[in-house]
Amino acid sequence: MSPSNPLTGTAGRRSVLLGAAAAAAAPLARPAIAQERKLVVGVVLPLSGTFADQGRNNEDGIKVFQKIHGTKVGNITVETVTRDDQGPGSGDLSRRMTQELIQRSRAEIILGYSFTPNALSAASLLTEAKRPGIIINAATSIITERSPYFARVSMTLPQLAASLGTWAAKNGVKTVYTIVSDYGPGLDAETWFTKAFEAGGGKVIGGARTPVAGMEYSPFLQRAVEARPDGLFSFSPGGDVSVAFMKQTKERNIVGSGIKLMVTGDVVDDNLVPAMGDALDGVVSALHYQVELDNAENKRFLEAFREMSGPNAMPSYRTVQAYDGMALIYHALQQTGGKTDAESIMNAIKGARLNSPRGPIMIDPATRDIVQNIYIRRGQRKDGRWANIAFETIEGVKDPAKA
Amino acid sequence: MRLVRVGAGLPLLLLAVAGYFLFPEYLTLFTSLFILSVFALSYDLLQGHAGVVSLGHAVFFGTGAYTAAILARHGLEEPLLGLLAALLVSAALALVLTRIVVVGNDLTRLLVTLGVGFLVFEAANQARDLTGGADGLSDFTMGPVLGLFRFDFAGETAFFYSLAVLALVYFFLWRLAGSPFGLALRGIRENVRRMPAIGAPVRRHLATAYTISGGIAGLAGALLAQTSNFASLDMLGFERSAEVMMMATLGGTGSIPGVVLGATGLGYLKDALSAMSPKYWQLGIGIVLMLSVFVLRGGIAGAFTALLRRLRGRA
Repeated sequence: MSPSNPLTGTAGRRSVLLGAAAAAAAPLARPAIAQERKLVVGVVLPLSGTFADQGRNNEDGIKVFQKIHGTKVGNITVETVTRDDQGPGSGDLSRRMTQELIQRSRAEIILGYSFTPNALSAASLLTEAKRPGIIINAATSIITERSPYFARVSMTLPQLAASLGTWAAKNGVKTVYTIVSDYGPGLDAETWFTKAFEAGGGKVIGGARTPVAGMEYSPFLQRAVEARPDGLFSFSPGGDVSVAFMKQTKERNIVGSGIKLMVTGDVVDDNLVPAMGDALDGVVSALHYQVELDNAENKRFLEAFREMSGPNAMPSYRTVQAYDGMALIYHALQQTGGKTDAESIMNAIKGARLNSPRGPIMIDPATRDIVQNIYIRRGQRKDGRWANIAFETIEGVKDPAKA
Repeated sequence: MRLVRVGAGLPLLLLAVAGYFLFPEYLTLFTSLFILSVFALSYDLLQGHAGVVSLGHAVFFGTGAYTAAILARHGLEEPLLGLLAALLVSAALALVLTRIVVVGNDLTRLLVTLGVGFLVFEAANQARDLTGGADGLSDFTMGPVLGLFRFDFAGETAFFYSLAVLALVYFFLWRLAGSPFGLALRGIRENVRRMPAIGAPVRRHLATAYTISGGIAGLAGALLAQTSNFASLDMLGFERSAEVMMMATLGGTGSIPGVVLGATGLGYLKDALSAMSPKYWQLGIGIVLMLSVFVLRGGIAGAFTALLRRLRGRA
């Protein structure tokens, strides 16, 4: 079996054994001249279970992109085949889904991965099969280092946390207390906020790590208040936990007592804002996208999104991440002039610059990770509803963990 | 019943090998079904043969997975040695736990095994340096089996490797079920009060069964970690414990071929439905499970035996 292309190797040998298999293997032989053909993008997302809404947000983004930009790039028709990896932890499943998409559905590019373990487990497989994997959510910094075929269009948590740390140090916050969820991303957030904040001259005077799914924050908030910091930095995994955290900071009157409350932007995701209500008042957050951004691409995106999901629907930043994942694939196909082998695609992806609904983005050619604007926002009332309004833009932020 | 027990192993094996030739693109799915079968068989030694329920069997599965992954990470890349180590470590853990599991009745056992499951899960979550915490372990490489067969992309090596383990476990449990020890277990299941009266050491038998079962579950976990190059917390989790109970029950608890069919059937159904509808497939699984209670009394094995009986009655 040829190690360079395990796919054709397998199918070829089998076709000797089984005449029928030859027919199935035929599409693998690529036509020499450019003609009408299709390209399958395999999509791996959590579509059932607790985190199904994340997958759904991503899926919306893919649909919106194809609604605006069509399904054809030159003479290539881009098709998606979607599989469910059932959320975090099921890395063995995510790996199998990836393998099946490549082998059975003939996917030439994989898009997806909402959770770090699910992306990590597929890394060696993508390397072996030589298939590009575009990450549209998983946020732990290390992922892109695990396979030369990974590229990320979402964000890394250190990008958000470090931007916030730098901002805090520059804006009169001298001391900070941190409260983060006790797992990988939480520790990442704590580490990178602290590094950036202390590099700017601030001091972290204490911190607490809370159970990941824990909804009871009052003892931790009590300790934070007793430490008398200028600011409180926090990260929680989103969803109900983050809503509980925000509401309890309101009950404790953290912001009202003069402590600056700072969170990574995913904690106050636009689609959680209605549930948080006035707990959002005065909260500073950092994120790479928000609905209110004023640029042409965002207008187009929002228009198509609302046409699809209803006039009052709110996209999540995850919708935009998946949208940009598709944009990156289309961009690469245009660049390669229809070549779809992994090397050509990856070369086109490295250094790619796109106009995203979140502003200009670039894929760092050295790390294949995203470089993008980070927006510092404050929670306030606008047009009768609560929203995160950007008041400062930090341009061209790289993943600080790789700098 | 006897006919089903004795005769089913070989046709099942032939069916698996036929799958290799007929569906060469489904090898990774088949591999996962074999692993599920090994796990379900290990659990059914408790539930089906000894009549002891557990809601924490994934503890041993996960322990096996982590053992294989951690050893590989520290340089022990020969898969067979990893399997052996996983078997021993999981069996040892089961042996330690027997003291608190074997006492009490079914209800307390459910609580205890559930509690142990949560404890081990959280311990693994906290021991981040060892287990990778919520990110799992994927930064290890498995060597070729016996130094000869590399784990390949199409999953041929993984297929035969897991099938071989399944066949061995199947054969071992089949012999065990027919042995005096197996009969003693059945006696415990049928009437636990009378067993001491005939001089059978109930606790020791249960402890032995629990240890063997834990060891085999560890084998299954190690297989999954080795063939998917990944180990994570959910391999220890409650959902996997609940799933193995479903598979054993669907297949026909107490019947070795039945449990294999239950595990492969449910595993395949999940895969097929989730490919058809990635969003709503769990609805389909729910309906099938509920229907199976009414249609398949005694699981797949029970239905098969009933069918045989009817055919024979007519002849």
